[in-house]
Amino acid sequence: MTAIATQQINYLNVKKGIWSWIFTLDHKRIGLLYLYSISTFFFVGVILGVLMRLELFNPGRDIMEAKTYNQVFTLHGVIMIFLFIIPSIPASFGNFFLPIMLGTDDVSLPRLNLLSWWLYVIGALFALSTLVFGGGPADTGWTFYAPYSVKTGTNVSMSVMAAFVLGFSSILTGLNFIVTIHRLRTPGMTFNKMPLFAWALYATSWIQVLATPIIGITLLMIVVERVFGIGLFDPSMGGDPILYQHLFWIYSHPAVYIMALPAMGVVSEIIPTFSQRTIFGYKPIAYSSMAIAFVGYFVWGHHMFTSGMSGSAAIIFSILTFLVAIPTAIKVFNWLATLYKGSIDIKVPLLFALAFIFNFLIGGLTGLVVGALAVDVHVHDTYFVVGHFHYVMFGGTGFAFFGALHYWFPKIWGKMYNMTRAYVAFGLLFIGFNILYFPMLILGVMGMPRRYYDYLPQFHTLNQISTIGSWILVVGLLLMIYNLIEGYRKGPKAAGNPWHGITLEWQTDSPPPLHNFDKMPELPEGGPYNYPNAKSE
Amino acid sequence: MNHHFTLPNSGHNYDAKASKMGMWLFLYTELILFGGLFLVYMVYRSLNQDAFLLASFNLNVWMGTANTIVLLTSSMTVAMAISALQKGDSKKSIFLLWMTILAALFFLVVKYFEWSAKFEHGLFPGMDHFNQLPNGEKLYFNLYFFMTGLHGLHVIVGGIFIVIVVFKIKSGKVNKDRYQLLENSGLYWHLVDLIWIYLFPLFYLIH
Repeated sequence: MTAIATQQINYLNVKKGIWSWIFTLDHKRIGLLYLYSISTFFFVGVILGVLMRLELFNPGRDIMEAKTYNQVFTLHGVIMIFLFIIPSIPASFGNFFLPIMLGTDDVSLPRLNLLSWWLYVIGALFALSTLVFGGGPADTGWTFYAPYSVKTGTNVSMSVMAAFVLGFSSILTGLNFIVTIHRLRTPGMTFNKMPLFAWALYATSWIQVLATPIIGITLLMIVVERVFGIGLFDPSMGGDPILYQHLFWIYSHPAVYIMALPAMGVVSEIIPTFSQRTIFGYKPIAYSSMAIAFVGYFVWGHHMFTSGMSGSAAIIFSILTFLVAIPTAIKVFNWLATLYKGSIDIKVPLLFALAFIFNFLIGGLTGLVVGALAVDVHVHDTYFVVGHFHYVMFGGTGFAFFGALHYWFPKIWGKMYNMTRAYVAFGLLFIGFNILYFPMLILGVMGMPRRYYDYLPQFHTLNQISTIGSWILVVGLLLMIYNLIEGYRKGPKAAGNPWHGITLEWQTDSPPPLHNFDKMPELPEGGPYNYPNAKSE
Repeated sequence: MNHHFTLPNSGHNYDAKASKMGMWLFLYTELILFGGLFLVYMVYRSLNQDAFLLASFNLNVWMGTANTIVLLTSSMTVAMAISALQKGDSKKSIFLLWMTILAALFFLVVKYFEWSAKFEHGLFPGMDHFNQLPNGEKLYFNLYFFMTGLHGLHVIVGGIFIVIVVFKIKSGKVNKDRYQLLENSGLYWHLVDLIWIYLFPLFYLIH
């Protein structure tokens, strides 16, 4: 690199100071603001999770009272769901890479983008304020089931308001992405020439816009019910708690796909790069995202098989639930077909993508178990469910998030991390994760109920194994974050295209210039996965 | 910054179509927001038909009708204000927008008198008379205050937006060629109107 090139203006060095960050309109900086805040809350959530595992190391009281335990798992859920996993990939990597992948220089509505981050911050402050004010954090579980949520003395109102504000933030991000994809694709880029990550974000954004208002109004009903003493869901005043569950899951099931679809988008980007070939089955992967988003609306009842529902409704919800497996499997088979006879380069991002497939497979198949009526009655509200959704959410989306972090790290910061340390961290994460959550599946089948700080003696060994897994996982996390921060501070400079990527974002400099491209992006003949891979340079 | 090329689609450029599309998506989320309440209304009405009917006799149909007429008219004036600005007549546009705001104030004043009457009769949740009502009638009043209250909040927000637009027209920031902010405020106002058109029969008229 010449001296002139090193002085080049990019989005990181163009302005300095905190104000140039927290009031920026640049989608790349907003993406990083999200990334830093989301990661911070992820670690808060991890600490709460580790405390729960410590409490469960032995039966009976270890380090906290039953009520504290209830508050800890509620706060863990609220933080991990609303502050980490829903915004995780779309708000950070989506904000950063969507405009670059579309060949443009920002999202369509930059001021709205900044507003959505500020709403995120306000929502986060609301959630944290329950630690200090009112009756302490809610102890209802993140689902806020009525009527307990309208009667408990803990500060449910503030927790619920936090979720309401965060939902608003999520809506604005989704709305912005839809408009951006419709308005700002570079000339010549039709919908079928968009990168698959953009397709995944498109499907996700529609769910965010279509489903989130329902949770908004439902949570508002809880607040109104608590503040004004009205009885919408309180049976003693004529209300119906089952109605609350319906309203809650009408949003919260599609929200599962808000969490999963962007992760699938990340995997669809990583696999072609490290197979050095174009994606296999572009259209099936793109459209299956839309299919998952669509079918995902009609399956919420499977959370309520044991709450009281007519037999025919339960059967219909169960069949529809099984349907989700089809588009999901279409994706997995196409990823595998992309790897087949590819020139596979096993780097850390690819390992995370493969770990996603492995963990998501277990999460998905156990999902079919809980989606089947006869079995669900037995495993409902047991640790089987806890294991299932952690395999999908953490093993799936969480690992894809780490994969995205390792994959796009050189593009975002223009530096490279230590590869050996990254392999070790990945190994610890993968092993720790499986030791932590696989025993939960067995415990659930044995009948251990979820959401208790205590358990019967026969569950002791498996709980201890699970807790030990959580320690391995934490060591892996710490090593990973140390390695990335070290790479950011002292790592060698990364080239524009260090992975020999074949997609548009690798065609510009690392880090990208202020307006993303120094020359007009040109589209290759064979679709979005056929850019030159910079190997000849 | 020295570009030697221009990206055709800069997000920082004025893009009226993008702004309009964003607004329509936002209006959709508002409809779903109220949709949740309409759903709850539907369920409880079907479970407590007689109680809902009995409770609805406490509302003043004439006040509701007056508000409906006023709100419909205000939707017309805001639409006319958009046409006026598109034709370059900003004075007329501003006049029509003030008429819209006047209608909004009228609506809120009537609402104030309606709610006050309910308070006097002790029909607000927690008051003596309310507490003696059967569950079905309690639900009716819960939903009445919640839904008309949330709608009233939207009237206030919509009114504030229109006031902002008036000042932007005066300063020339919103004008003949750049009127998307006005059109979006108008769209929002139509939504406020539309929701009332459903609230009015559901609470006042159904027998």
